[in-house]
Amino acid sequence: MQYSWTARTDNVKNDLSSANFERRFALKAISAGGLLGVTAMPAWAQFRVEVSGVGVTQLPIALPLFAGEAQAPQKISAILRADLERSGMFRAVDAEGLKADENTRFDTAIWRQRGADSVATGSVTLLADGRFDVRVRLWDVVRSQDLGGQSHVVSAADLRLAAHRVADFIHEKLTREKGVFATRIAYVTKSGTRFNLWVADSDGESAQSALISPEPIISPSWSPTGAQLAYVSFESRKPVIYSHDVASGKRRLLANFKGSNSAPAWSPDGRHLLATLSRDGGSQIYSMDVNGSEPRRLTQSSSIDTEPTYTPDGQNIYFVSDRGGAPQIYKMAANGSNPQRVTFSGNYNISPALSPDGRWLAYISRIGGAFKLHVMDLASGVTNAITDTSADENPSFAPNSRLILYATQQQGREALMTSTLDGKVKARLTGAVGDIREPDWGPFTR
Amino acid sequence: MKQVHFFLLSALTLSLTLVGCGSNVKLNEVAVEDRSGAATAASPTLAPAAAPVAAAPVPAGRAVAPVEIRSADSAGAGPAGVARVIYFDYDSFTVRSEFQSAVDAHSRFLTSNKVRKIAIEGHTDERGGREYNLALGQKRAEAVRRSMTLLGVAESQIEAVSLGEEKPAQTGSTEEAYARNRRAELNYR
Repeated sequence: MQYSWTARTDNVKNDLSSANFERRFALKAISAGGLLGVTAMPAWAQFRVEVSGVGVTQLPIALPLFAGEAQAPQKISAILRADLERSGMFRAVDAEGLKADENTRFDTAIWRQRGADSVATGSVTLLADGRFDVRVRLWDVVRSQDLGGQSHVVSAADLRLAAHRVADFIHEKLTREKGVFATRIAYVTKSGTRFNLWVADSDGESAQSALISPEPIISPSWSPTGAQLAYVSFESRKPVIYSHDVASGKRRLLANFKGSNSAPAWSPDGRHLLATLSRDGGSQIYSMDVNGSEPRRLTQSSSIDTEPTYTPDGQNIYFVSDRGGAPQIYKMAANGSNPQRVTFSGNYNISPALSPDGRWLAYISRIGGAFKLHVMDLASGVTNAITDTSADENPSFAPNSRLILYATQQQGREALMTSTLDGKVKARLTGAVGDIREPDWGPFTR
Repeated sequence: MKQVHFFLLSALTLSLTLVGCGSNVKLNEVAVEDRSGAATAASPTLAPAAAPVAAAPVPAGRAVAPVEIRSADSAGAGPAGVARVIYFDYDSFTVRSEFQSAVDAHSRFLTSNKVRKIAIEGHTDERGGREYNLALGQKRAEAVRRSMTLLGVAESQIEAVSLGEEKPAQTGSTEEAYARNRRAELNYR
């Protein structure tokens, strides 16, 4: 099945002959009306959600155009649709030709005929002060029940944020789990010889530059509050770790010891930072007080120990070590004691990421020259490769543990993707121009 | 170029809590609850381009203040006519014999010029994870460092660092490029 929703036509096409379920829609960026279409969304913005495999259970929801959105700089209903479909929990049903806003009284039978279990109706209104009022109401059309409404009065620049908050509202109402659409991600682009660290919406859009550098930036890592990013910068011709307050731009050098300083990871309470330092020769894992203290060495091997990450309870640390001859994922207590090997299959397993609920381990495994994202159920040890790409890198979990963000290559270009944990629903994020890499999903901040 | 316009991208963030649901009410009698009252804040800004940086107040919300780094200074001079790049075999971290004379020459230069310092920068090819490659590049830099200290160079004159796969000498995904990139560069400071 393929829906095509492009700038040229709003018609929904159904191609039932395609076995590969793919929903694709290019958002009409700044076209119709366009009088206010200035900043936030570039014309090339495009979302792409792929659904593969069978047995995907999704809630069917109708998302008719919001009243007035043709005159607004952002297509609220399209952003909602992309958010909800990207989550893997929802399927947008055809709402073509049906008009409604948050005050409309309507016949639920019409929506039932379209196959919807719920409908989100709303409006976007330009206020006298130049702001917009985004209103939404959510209906359960199976039980003819009003599930509540919201109003968000925002500047034009924050219309996308308002749409993400509406998507979070819908997600939580219908799944009883918090949505992650209004959270933020960080990523790095390389354009020519220029490296740029971006802070963007969870869909990669509305990117704001936090750091521009002529030298590489890698391994951005959000602090637990979402206020700071720690990262590795090569601006002094060696890797050093900064923490960076994104709202103020204030940077602090956290680790600039002799040798290399890399792989920063915050403790869940935000008071400590793990890092890989080579100050004693060889890459080893250390723990540091964020406010400055002598680093405490946690690993004592003559091998490579790197890419540490705390478990959500702060009790343990997962990391990569080649102490067994090839890089594998290990875990140890937070004080460095009792290291145990975690991955046993394959001879190159790196970049561990733990889900915030503590149930899942995502990592990259090299299989026959291909680097593939794997997800392990930590309770059972059952592991699955969840992509069909071959240059996957750097997984991180959404704060609700439902999605994984990672970098990969598609058609020879660097790309950021999200995937459900079972790999069945994937979306490509667009983000800023240039080679795009090193994503990290930020925490809930509300 | 300063990324001035990003200051405009965010004026206010509203703390919007979920609105409680009112069920079993006639569909058109439910008023939409306005949760925006708490947020006074920032003037709405639709104006494009150049607001002065200093004038932009940083709202408590999602504004991101951009920072720009300038290029660092380049390296100083070392011994004349001596190779400054040492290449490594695939998955190897030992200095090949053909490069031993270069290591010897740099070591002699450093032992007779005690005030000079050198950075040994390890590099890898592009295959594999960035952080793990950083650690592998470190192993190459450490191998050269050990050779030099065995030849009498003081630890205080050497810093072994890694640039991992981040600074390829040659771009491209060919065996030739990979071989050019598996290296340690010796840079005098």
